[in-house]
Amino acid sequence: MAGVSDAALKEMTQEERVKALGMTTEQLTGKTMYMEFDPDATERFEYPWAPSVDFNKRTEVDCDGLTTTEVNNKVRGLMEEGYGTVVLKNPRGMHSLGVGILSKLNLIIEGSTGYFTVGLIDGPNVRITGRVGWSCGENMMSGTVMIEKNAGSTFGAAIRGGDLVCRGSVGSRTGIDMKGGTIIVGGDTGALSGFMMQRGRMVVCGNAGKNLGDSMYDGTIYVGGEIKSCGVDAVEAELTELDKAWLTRKLKQYGMMPDKGVDHFTKIVAGKMLWNYDNLEPNEKKLIL
Amino acid sequence: MAGTQYRGSEITDVDQFVKDSAGLGSEREKEIGQHIGYRYDVNLVPDYERLTPYLKEYMEVMGWDDLNWLEDIHMGYEDGKPAVFDRNINGWVRVPDSIKLPDNQQDRDMIAREMLLKFQMSDRHPLVTLRKAYMKF
Repeated sequence: MAGVSDAALKEMTQEERVKALGMTTEQLTGKTMYMEFDPDATERFEYPWAPSVDFNKRTEVDCDGLTTTEVNNKVRGLMEEGYGTVVLKNPRGMHSLGVGILSKLNLIIEGSTGYFTVGLIDGPNVRITGRVGWSCGENMMSGTVMIEKNAGSTFGAAIRGGDLVCRGSVGSRTGIDMKGGTIIVGGDTGALSGFMMQRGRMVVCGNAGKNLGDSMYDGTIYVGGEIKSCGVDAVEAELTELDKAWLTRKLKQYGMMPDKGVDHFTKIVAGKMLWNYDNLEPNEKKLIL
Repeated sequence: MAGTQYRGSEITDVDQFVKDSAGLGSEREKEIGQHIGYRYDVNLVPDYERLTPYLKEYMEVMGWDDLNWLEDIHMGYEDGKPAVFDRNINGWVRVPDSIKLPDNQQDRDMIAREMLLKFQMSDRHPLVTLRKAYMKF
């Protein structure tokens, strides 16, 4: 890798680059890695390729008349120039705004947006003053997202990390397939929220619709209001002191702490009855059948 | 009936998977020769009294009031060795023997978070090469 310059890489095709960097024989999965941490690693706080931005350097972008791609490219360009706070004005329900931002940034969207807003992000702090369409924060890796009004369905689908917060109510299938992170809903959530949830935490201050946590594999759901019904293998668990401390801190952090505290929250976890790790089971089933 | 009941074993000791790398506790695990479930509590929420100075600084740099995505990072165990799962490379990264493990999972989790963070931000992380290979020039 050290022998190949960036200039030389630039001249190559992607296939040539992959070969030149010795990646064709490398396996990036499971136990084949055998990598070890370096205890003397340098203390850095951002990815090596992340642009150096200053939160105090602020600018505005008027989205009026621009396409989504133009707006998103503009944001990236501003980050390269060191702007750490970017305000998007007049979004007028545009889809896919702010997707794929992979480093720190304060992004403020003044207005409402369409679907897939701030999907695939890894690091930024986002505040949206209006409403958002479906799949907001889909596949989010880290950062914070605050929606001031309501959100559509599949809010935080497949989220892997970070805090995704909606002050209002959200649609159905909130946090479907979530693999980590925290989703906080100030109002109610629709049916099948937490469907196939694998990890992470979901906090619903209001009511939850039918089949909450259906087929959830792991993770935790806290509900402050009523639960219409729990899905398959979603069961109630004891709310511990650590849970209460975490809920209190998190809800206070976003100014969403209920007046009556957090003691009334119901904690839902996986019953683990659907867990299936058995490599012998297919053979056993064949014998039975 | 297969697949309709939990037949794994509970985690009772912080060193359980260091002392017993196979981690076969329940009858079913012994029967199939395979550990069932995670080797750490994925739902354990962090104790913020135990934050390390490096993690505090990271939160400040990112403008976060808490550990954010690192709340999901825990010290796990692979082949009897402490290790941390790195989602960016879909693999386990081992903790060197020179690091002395604390006697509780909360402190171990803080070490795991710090080591993973330093690794992900370093030039030796596989994503650096991956990015060079696949990025658009």
